Amino acid sequence: MKKLRRKVYIAAGYNTISLGTGRKEFHPKKPRPGIEHYIKEAGQATLKLIGGSQNVDEGVVGNFMAPRFNKQANLPAFIPMIDPGLLWKPCISTEGACASGGLALIAGMKSVLAETADVALTVGFEVQNTVKAIYGADILAGAGWFQERKTGHAFFFPGKFSDRAGAYYQKIGREKARRGMARWYGNAIKNARLCPTAQEYHNTTEDPEALAFNTEPNPKAFVDNLTVFDCSKVSDAASALAILSEDGLQRCGIPKNEAVEIVGWGQVEADISIAPEDLTVLETTKRAAAEALESAGITPNDLGTIETHDCFTIAGLLATEAIGLAKPGEGADFVAQGHTDRGGKIPFNTTGGLIGWGHPTGGTGVHQAVTVWEQLTGKAGDAQVEIPADRPYALAINMGGDDKTVVAIVYKRGE
Amino acid sequence: MEYAERLENVTVLGAAGKMGSGILLLTAVEMADLSLKPENKDRKFVLNAVDVSDEALSGLMKFLRDQVRKIAEKKTVILRKVYEDRGDLIENFDIIDQYIFDVMRVVRPTTRLEAAYESNLVFEAIIENPELKVKLLSRIDKNNSKKPWVFTNTSSIPIHQLDEQAGLGGRILGVHFYNPPAVQKLVELIEAKNTLKEIVEFAHTFAKNLKKKIVPSNDFAGFIGNGHFMRDALHGIAEAERLSKDMPLYEAVYMMNKVSQDFLIRPMGIFQLIDYVGIDVCRFIMSVMNPHVKDEDLHSNLLDRMISLGVKGGQYTDASQKDGFLKYEKGRPTGVYDPDKKEYVVISEFQKKCDEKLGPLPQPVLPWRTVIGNPEKNEILGKSFKEINTMETEGAKLARRYGQRSREIGKKLLADNVARCEEDVNTVLLTGFFHAYGPINDYFN
Repeated sequence: MKKLRRKVYIAAGYNTISLGTGRKEFHPKKPRPGIEHYIKEAGQATLKLIGGSQNVDEGVVGNFMAPRFNKQANLPAFIPMIDPGLLWKPCISTEGACASGGLALIAGMKSVLAETADVALTVGFEVQNTVKAIYGADILAGAGWFQERKTGHAFFFPGKFSDRAGAYYQKIGREKARRGMARWYGNAIKNARLCPTAQEYHNTTEDPEALAFNTEPNPKAFVDNLTVFDCSKVSDAASALAILSEDGLQRCGIPKNEAVEIVGWGQVEADISIAPEDLTVLETTKRAAAEALESAGITPNDLGTIETHDCFTIAGLLATEAIGLAKPGEGADFVAQGHTDRGGKIPFNTTGGLIGWGHPTGGTGVHQAVTVWEQLTGKAGDAQVEIPADRPYALAINMGGDDKTVVAIVYKRGE
Repeated sequence: MEYAERLENVTVLGAAGKMGSGILLLTAVEMADLSLKPENKDRKFVLNAVDVSDEALSGLMKFLRDQVRKIAEKKTVILRKVYEDRGDLIENFDIIDQYIFDVMRVVRPTTRLEAAYESNLVFEAIIENPELKVKLLSRIDKNNSKKPWVFTNTSSIPIHQLDEQAGLGGRILGVHFYNPPAVQKLVELIEAKNTLKEIVEFAHTFAKNLKKKIVPSNDFAGFIGNGHFMRDALHGIAEAERLSKDMPLYEAVYMMNKVSQDFLIRPMGIFQLIDYVGIDVCRFIMSVMNPHVKDEDLHSNLLDRMISLGVKGGQYTDASQKDGFLKYEKGRPTGVYDPDKKEYVVISEFQKKCDEKLGPLPQPVLPWRTVIGNPEKNEILGKSFKEINTMETEGAKLARRYGQRSREIGKKLLADNVARCEEDVNTVLLTGFFHAYGPINDYFN
């Protein structure tokens, strides 16, 4: 079991809105803010909450594919743009596909642990509406192994998870699986409607679960086993927070109970060139979650809420199994029975997750951490769920690619 | 000659025009798709895009590139299979670019009519001028040793007339696309009495591959589409003229436009539709049809007057609407033309007064766009029109008369043997004009 050499906290979280189809402000043909806007909006909001840029020792930026979506690399140099006080400070960027944000958290945490920083400003972002979805699919396919691109689906990642869904249908029965997936979608939309920054905040569908259940996949235009309601959308957004030591909290004037502590973590890497042995198992996620829980010294039953990486509904179902809440093959029922609802046994993705809140790929890991911080410190507004006193922990799982790079972190409110 | 061979060399006449460019696009895509099939790898496919102006042809090539990109983006899933063996095409970006190139390379833009002398199939989409059509088609036929088949996109000229005058010996078929051809699902097929059966068979395959809905129409000037539309337009015009005895003409035009759109739940009002097609085009089609009808006069003095004042409607090359009976801002009518003062009167100046004269719309108000895709539209429409039948307002009366006249026109197309069945008439209006219901109905009896 890993022992952290000193306590590490996160605080001062902020999310921009997740802009894309579904938001009333979004119009595909009208000009939209660029990456500069998102990085600044999120970064400046966090700076405000920690008493200004002079309190920052280091900057970390998580991003997946700005070099293609926005023709922009050298992202660490965008940190000083947030505030002149950040000029000349050390900055770094992380990339691990959709787990880039999770890696940014790990990088900030490691700096604090290494005692080279007491306060790390951490930003995660992606601005993806710069290209149509059919080209965005190419760009996002970079999270997979390029040697497989030629034989892959036009919509590469939906294709990958469609294959996983297909295998799951075979294993447990199609209708049962699709019931669970539909419930997952319904929950995502209902939760997102409670969070003003969520991409589906404006969604007014009367019964999203029924809509998802009654919509059949169309393999001619999309993939074999998934519909649009099984997929996260294309999002532009950024999230920011501070990663701090106890000294850092003090410097920023943040009481411990306004912060959440990282009490365990797992960072696991799989070989990108090796296909999953069993398509119905998220093996890397399973290992990362187990490591995180073990290092925190807890079991899944001690968790009060979970943010998991539901880039697709099937990934949400399989995560319930990978975490150990449901037995293999029983994730669909676990979800369909309401256990992951906001009023259920263990509320998942309480502001909508990737499907409901949005999936700004490289920013998602940071967004999950912000949501956890809000929930554990009572700042989640209408989306607030009750965190039982005997289950004060939260788990966030951020996955890059088809279960290749996974970061799992266990949090608890600071004491 | 089998299907693919017939399409090895094709010419579209009037390729840069509104209809021609769409027909060219669809034909180019069909030919490129054939060229990409393994069994056709040794065939060469050539599509001559003939038009009179180099400038227009240059614009056409840009239009084609943009449109083919959109088509390719929609069928990338299939295209990845088509290019399965091309190891150099990996991403969707690569595949879409290659497909655009493969479609574009079929097309040969030219101002020279001689290009058609090698073609197996000539698609005629030039202006609606019988003499010009006959002149070009007969010249091509005389110089082309392959005895080419002719598809004509005429919307009004009897096919047998073109056949006889151009001396084509039955190698002609009316293949009437709707505007814009790339979007509109409807194609009217019109056989002349001598049209060769194999041309009709070929056209069915061709239209099916283009994913079009085929409606056969008999060979009477105007066919079903314009047969209904021109008479429908004349009714709207006559009603406006009748109302104008008690009010300025521009107010009457506004009212009839509103009745035909909002009360009848159509996609546009009748005057907007006339503007969309073009006032001059409408007059021209009527003039082509008129000699062929016996018991009525398809002619409007008001259209003549508008054209003499230089007000013609139609569209700009970017597909935005030119001013006609109505003035448009961002595609929405904002004024109505007053031929006496030769200027547009802003709608908001008289709208309230006219709306009061018409009286309220049936409740709930049903805009066409909320009805068209609704699976229960027949029930919804039935309720709305039932209410119109009980209302005694001016708007309801005008709407009833309009609906009844539209039905009468539909019935006449059957009686005159233009259409083969009621369903064909309704299908043309439903798919070619995007109406939410066919004209032959029992709503206003």
